[in-house]
Amino acid sequence: MLSSLGKPLAALALAAAIISAVLLALGASPARVFIALYQGALGNWFALTDTMVKATPLVFTGLAISLAFSAALWNIGADGQLTVGAIAAGAIGPHLGGWPRPLAIAAVLIAGAAGGAIWGAIAGWLRARRDTNEVISTIMLNFVAAQLLSWSVHGPLMEPSRAYPASSPIAPSAELYRFAEPSRLNLGMLLGLALAAGCFLLLYRTEAGFELRAMGRNRRAATFFAVPIARLTVAAMALSGALAGLGGAVQVSAITHRLYEKLSPGWGYEAIAVALVARLNPLAIVASAIFFGALDNGSQAMQRSEGVSPVLVQVIQGMVILILLAFDTPAWANLREQVFGRGAAIEAEPAGGAGSADA
Amino acid sequence: MLEAFLNSTISMATPILLAAIGELLVEESGVINIGIEGAMLSGAFFALAAAWFSGWTLAGLAAGAAAGVAVNAILAALVVNLAVSQVVAGTALDILAVGITGVYYRKFFGVTGQAIIVKPLRRIALGPLAKIPILGPALFTHNALVYLAFALVPAAGLLLGRTRYGLKLRAAGERPEAADALGLGVYRLRWQALIAAGVLTGLSGAYLTLAYANTFVENISAGRGFVALAVVILGRWNPWGLAAASILFGAAMALQFGLQALGTAIPYQLFLALPYATALAVLAGIGGRAASPSALGEPYRRP
Repeated sequence: MLSSLGKPLAALALAAAIISAVLLALGASPARVFIALYQGALGNWFALTDTMVKATPLVFTGLAISLAFSAALWNIGADGQLTVGAIAAGAIGPHLGGWPRPLAIAAVLIAGAAGGAIWGAIAGWLRARRDTNEVISTIMLNFVAAQLLSWSVHGPLMEPSRAYPASSPIAPSAELYRFAEPSRLNLGMLLGLALAAGCFLLLYRTEAGFELRAMGRNRRAATFFAVPIARLTVAAMALSGALAGLGGAVQVSAITHRLYEKLSPGWGYEAIAVALVARLNPLAIVASAIFFGALDNGSQAMQRSEGVSPVLVQVIQGMVILILLAFDTPAWANLREQVFGRGAAIEAEPAGGAGSADA
Repeated sequence: MLEAFLNSTISMATPILLAAIGELLVEESGVINIGIEGAMLSGAFFALAAAWFSGWTLAGLAAGAAAGVAVNAILAALVVNLAVSQVVAGTALDILAVGITGVYYRKFFGVTGQAIIVKPLRRIALGPLAKIPILGPALFTHNALVYLAFALVPAAGLLLGRTRYGLKLRAAGERPEAADALGLGVYRLRWQALIAAGVLTGLSGAYLTLAYANTFVENISAGRGFVALAVVILGRWNPWGLAAASILFGAAMALQFGLQALGTAIPYQLFLALPYATALAVLAGIGGRAASPSALGEPYRRP
């Protein structure tokens, strides 16, 4: 019915219509708010570069979600994995003073990926070996990670003057390359692009990727084709966590240069919207992340000029996910049956069946 | 000291238990409601807003319940009728609730920081029971929602274990195809469970603003809805197990305040993480879904 690009766009249009209604109910002018959003996100060079900066963590967490969801592993824990990755990066970063810059950067990024991988693997192991719903365990791990960060910056990693709940800055050698200064554009987005290509190849061009997607389609059936479910579950969750953790390390290495509480404004949750709009396709994640990064960036300008709370962005995120889900389901076909009973559906079957099938 | 700790434990356990009993009904019908956190947050905000503007606590409770029902109705339309992913739809509602309550909070109450304090829900001493030493003040001097939450434990046990309706509900969660073939109406049963849970989750949110904090702060639910999800697993889908697990979490939260007040050297973040770490440890120890409804989380589409 609608092309694969058409559906997300239609969903966004519907979301925009609903948001306009919400804004009118708040007594704000939708046109002015949308213009402020646009201006703040893309209106000038500074806004544009900052949109790219805000999109970068979403590329990494979006890829993390895309990988896990493709295997039907409902990783709601990208936020915690990103946080632990950032802690690992922020912990070793200050101690890399004498290192050559490429090595120091690599060390920080590897530490971040490892931290995230461990956090993801815990949930993977619980799922594979203890049959624990990964949704619950990843959510719990998010809360534990947030407290771990809070404790780190108040305790062992607190900066020496102990005036602020923040860590010591990382060594200059561990700072990720920026270009086009004074903008904050950095190598992170390019790294994200490369990883998007890597994730695409992994999922669609390798045997492991095929097995992951088979597991995602039907976990039980996959066992009949000798797919090592338990091992794959732990590996997929670890890899998903590593991607999110890398996002945390990039944020520390390129932008904040130190740790502080509440480092993530919810990138791990926002990533679910990012991944769904991209229909879990790693290559589309980058574009989707830039779109949501623009929303985040624009919302701050919107707050300044229109006085609308920036959490409006979360209304948009939630709305986009819900509308996309509703657009994507094949279940519209038997809705008629649910409402009018069985007979109506059997009569209407040819028309309903054809209309719902999506190319 | 012990008295205050027990009293605080029961207070902290109540919102979790209310939401968990609602979630139990929903899960027995075959749906997992990750949107529970969003329903609780919405209940908390709209309860406070209604109580503040009407000056009437009862209106607050009604608004809280209505908000919970509204959130769960959206979820029901999506996951029951449209058979979309329950996890993703629920997560979206959680995000949406943070946005909606945040936007309206700032719209209604501004960002000036003016304190919005409402009259707390009245405490009711249960006659002679309240006079028992230690236990009396600890257990029998709470507000009506606390008594409701604990009264619902045997009620849910009877409903699920001893009535025809409970059997139907569980059939929808165990073998939806078979239940549907018998004409039990899987779609209707799941809707009913979600609406009932909406009332309970909305009330648990109302408890946070009208009985516990007497005000609203952004994201006041602070993960309690998710804790309720864990409580259902830890309680092995048994109402009495749910009560025990809720009290365990209530105690962990009460301990956190008690020890913070004592000023120990142990970092307070450890106590804040304690409920979640406890849940993880117990889940790792007992395993997750041995007792779960067989069709939990699977969308049902009539074949």
